[in-house]
Amino acid sequence: MSAGPISAPEAPGSGKAIRRPGDRVFSGLAIAAGLTILIVLAGVAIFLIGEAWPAITAPVSDLPDGKSLIHYIWPLVFGTLLSSTIAIIIAVPMAIAVALFTSHIAPKAISMSVSYLVDLLAAIPSIIYGIWGIAVLGPASVPVTQWLSDHFGFIPFFDGPASTTGRTMLVAGLVLALMILPIVCAVAREVFQQTPKGLQESALALGATRWEMIRMVVLPFGRSAVVAGSMLGLGRALGETMAVTIILSVTGTITFDLISSENPSTIAANIALQFPESSGLDVNVLIATGLVLFAITLAVNMFARTIISRREAAGGR
Amino acid sequence: MGGNVATVPMGEGSGALPPRANLICFGASAAASAAVSFALGLSPFVWLVVTGAFTLASISIWSMMVEGRRRALDRVATIVIAEIFVLALVPLLSLVYTVVNEGLARFDSEFLTTSMRNVLGDGGGALHAALGTFIITAIATAAAVPVGILAAIYLVEYGKGRLKRAITFFVDVMMGIPSIVAGLFAYALFEIFFGPGIRLGVMGSVALMVLMIPIVIRATEEMLQVVPNALREASFALGVPKWLTILRVVLPTALAGIVTGVMLAIARVIGETAPLLVTTGSIDSVNLDPFNGRMANLPVFVYEQYKFPGVPPEAYIERAWAGALLLILIVMVLFLAARLIARRYGVEIRR
Amino acid sequence: MNLKKWLIAIPLTLALALGVAACGSSDDDSGGSSSGGEAVSGQIAGAGASSQEAAMAAWIAGFQSDNPDATIAYDPVGSGGGREQFIAGGTDFGGTDSAMDETELADVAKRCKPGEYIEIPVYISPIAVPYNVDGVDNLNLSADTLAQIFGGDITKWNDPAITAENPDADLPDQDITVVHRSDESGTTDNFTDYLQQAAPKFWPHEHDGVWPLKGGEAANGTSGVISAVNSGSGTIGYADLSQVGDLGVANIKVGSDYVAPSPEAAVKIFEESKRVSNEGKYVFAYDLDRTSTAKGLYPISLVSYEMACTTYDKADTAKLVKAFYSYIVSEDGQQASASNAGSAPIPDSLRKQISPAVEAIQTS
Repeated sequence: MSAGPISAPEAPGSGKAIRRPGDRVFSGLAIAAGLTILIVLAGVAIFLIGEAWPAITAPVSDLPDGKSLIHYIWPLVFGTLLSSTIAIIIAVPMAIAVALFTSHIAPKAISMSVSYLVDLLAAIPSIIYGIWGIAVLGPASVPVTQWLSDHFGFIPFFDGPASTTGRTMLVAGLVLALMILPIVCAVAREVFQQTPKGLQESALALGATRWEMIRMVVLPFGRSAVVAGSMLGLGRALGETMAVTIILSVTGTITFDLISSENPSTIAANIALQFPESSGLDVNVLIATGLVLFAITLAVNMFARTIISRREAAGGR
Repeated sequence: MGGNVATVPMGEGSGALPPRANLICFGASAAASAAVSFALGLSPFVWLVVTGAFTLASISIWSMMVEGRRRALDRVATIVIAEIFVLALVPLLSLVYTVVNEGLARFDSEFLTTSMRNVLGDGGGALHAALGTFIITAIATAAAVPVGILAAIYLVEYGKGRLKRAITFFVDVMMGIPSIVAGLFAYALFEIFFGPGIRLGVMGSVALMVLMIPIVIRATEEMLQVVPNALREASFALGVPKWLTILRVVLPTALAGIVTGVMLAIARVIGETAPLLVTTGSIDSVNLDPFNGRMANLPVFVYEQYKFPGVPPEAYIERAWAGALLLILIVMVLFLAARLIARRYGVEIRR
Repeated sequence: MNLKKWLIAIPLTLALALGVAACGSSDDDSGGSSSGGEAVSGQIAGAGASSQEAAMAAWIAGFQSDNPDATIAYDPVGSGGGREQFIAGGTDFGGTDSAMDETELADVAKRCKPGEYIEIPVYISPIAVPYNVDGVDNLNLSADTLAQIFGGDITKWNDPAITAENPDADLPDQDITVVHRSDESGTTDNFTDYLQQAAPKFWPHEHDGVWPLKGGEAANGTSGVISAVNSGSGTIGYADLSQVGDLGVANIKVGSDYVAPSPEAAVKIFEESKRVSNEGKYVFAYDLDRTSTAKGLYPISLVSYEMACTTYDKADTAKLVKAFYSYIVSEDGQQASASNAGSAPIPDSLRKQISPAVEAIQTS
């Protein structure tokens, strides 16, 4: 492929051209489209804050648990972060391996069809992951978690008692990991393939084995992009609703125990579970939790953006 | 030993393994562990795990002895990566298999040609939901694609200074909107104009549009950026105005990539359940008017068949699986179309 | 490349991709008016309790078969949402698991002006206590034991309290896994209401649609509870009787007998319970007496109401609501919900009481 404009000395469109009335109309349209986005986003923000406000200002005794709003949201934030962390820990190394396999190890024919499959998996609706998790993965996990709790019970994560139904935080995290694996993998694969050929070949010419070349050239080159891709995946895991709703046995307990039936809920799942039967202030409280989720996802995305722009500034490509 | 690989001295070891050493080890390990598993009556799952471990152990020892530490490490890394790849594929294939297997039970012509109107228990279909999904997604696409492409054109071709930075930033923010929040937003928006309890097909489109716009922008932006600047400059040099250059030169060059990106965006939102649950309502009959009355759609159909079964529950669960299968097939057709378009009309710029 | 060709190609591909299913786009409602002069037409929408979703599906199907030009939509958004949307005028009718409280009654009076608010119980269904314990086919439980199991005070299947009630059963030394709903629901509300009324000593919690305790196992929806009870071992839960399938269900102690859940046993609760008076001429809210010891009565049941007004802005809407509710209350309608949702047909005595409310809907 040709050199992207990121590394090109000039940004696209910076060249001189004759300005015509058509230009004014067209650039006006483009700016209008850009502004539309700001308007939509402002709408979302106004809606979120406006609807959350009554919950923030309401007297404490009117809230669902009779204590403070923070007391209500904290277990949800904990569950959201815990499930997403499990997903990231499992998905990122696997995604890197799958990406390396397609970019550097598998023959081209295999790698093409594998990338197609992985892209397809990124688009499988989350509800299907949910039903699969409850019908297949959950029951299959029971003997494994039982074994973990018998032999590794001293580790807080496997404290047990192991769930007999498999609707555990571990399974939810695994399903989330499967959901975000294709996303992280697509980003990683792309950047691995863009590793300058010259660098790779010189490493090999100097006598490096393929693995040494990957370790010393490909991985460092792709590091920031992989981080950014992981953040993208993390964003999806944080906001995932249906799969968690269907799979997780939520009891509101704050615990690091991943294999028992007692788990904290996540923000998105809690909204989906409670919203239908809610009315009045409870709705406002749920939207306030949505605002918190929005803030967390935003922070993650901004972090990813900073890393990407730092890489671009350093001429990483 | 036909050493066509090791022309450079590798340190400790001096020899080289035969060209297909990895495969040989894998084959031997698979056979050995199959024998062990069969003798002990272990499950195929255990057999897979044992095969993986055997392959790893045998190749590292063999290579260590013949080729030395660095080449051994290389082979081990290769095999570990390949094994993780297989490990990642197992659940994903299981997922596809489960959906196909369970879904085929009711994936018949009746399912594709009838709605759930007046259907109780067995029978019925998802025609109303499939048509609803089509209309809702089509409207969302029709709204999101022009806005998204124009905004990307602004960012790449026109944008500068603070506004460009602001829009880039807010596109990121938009990427992070949880899907359920998008649904709640669409509901709140329509509630202002039509009062509470309003449910319309087009409300679902608005929610999906909010989710789709940032994806389209990102994909288009990426494609526009890889269009070589030389093309633009050549066009300018011929005296073509900028807007015509963009329309006639830049966009057509990037079009295959943009179409792929749009298809991916559609595939991404077409299965969204949470936002549609709070916006489109549910109905058993076909409704083709997105501006009047409730409109069924596949994700909600699957969810409700699964969550609120009647008697006997099996009929409802089977319909849920068949609906899931239909949804996957639609996504798959979209993906294939995107790939074909990308391949037919120009190089895939992304890689 | 030609841009125009592309602009055609995009929607075409889309249409191909999604239109696969559209080949035979015929629907039953194309038939036109086949029935007599009484048939009504038009569209109304309601929302509310998800507990009556299966019954509502039966009623809608039955009604639409008789009236091919009528279309009725029902959103299982939940009771709270159903009441809220109905009060706000967003829906023409609604379903709710719990009767409106005072503030809601005041608000709905404004919505129904100049007419009156109607609230009639039309759906009653037993909530079973399914369990999955190897080798146990018959389980007898009293309210106190049930409350202790679900409250987490009894944790083993061979607890003396359980063995005392089941001398013949071979109860294992196994942990009990209690499965409850993770979403807010009328089923939970009615189940905890039973525990609160029948076992106040062991169940200090106020009845609520949200499970009041932490711990145990939680599952989404009735189908989630059933699949959790099914896939686990040593599990026990609560769910609508029609959905429990092959699972064993506990017999509940009433008086000195143990009663198995059945629609016939559930509906008896109407004879023992009092209508809440002076809430309105057409408001038939009931305070269910779950402590009754009447013979053959099954005390854990869910009662769900339909909401309507006596007047509507449009005569067509009023006609449809009236015709639809007449069908729901009728024997045919109740039979339809009994076979699709496993609910109990309402007794004739109740039908006589609530029919005037439906008749009161003004169609002109």
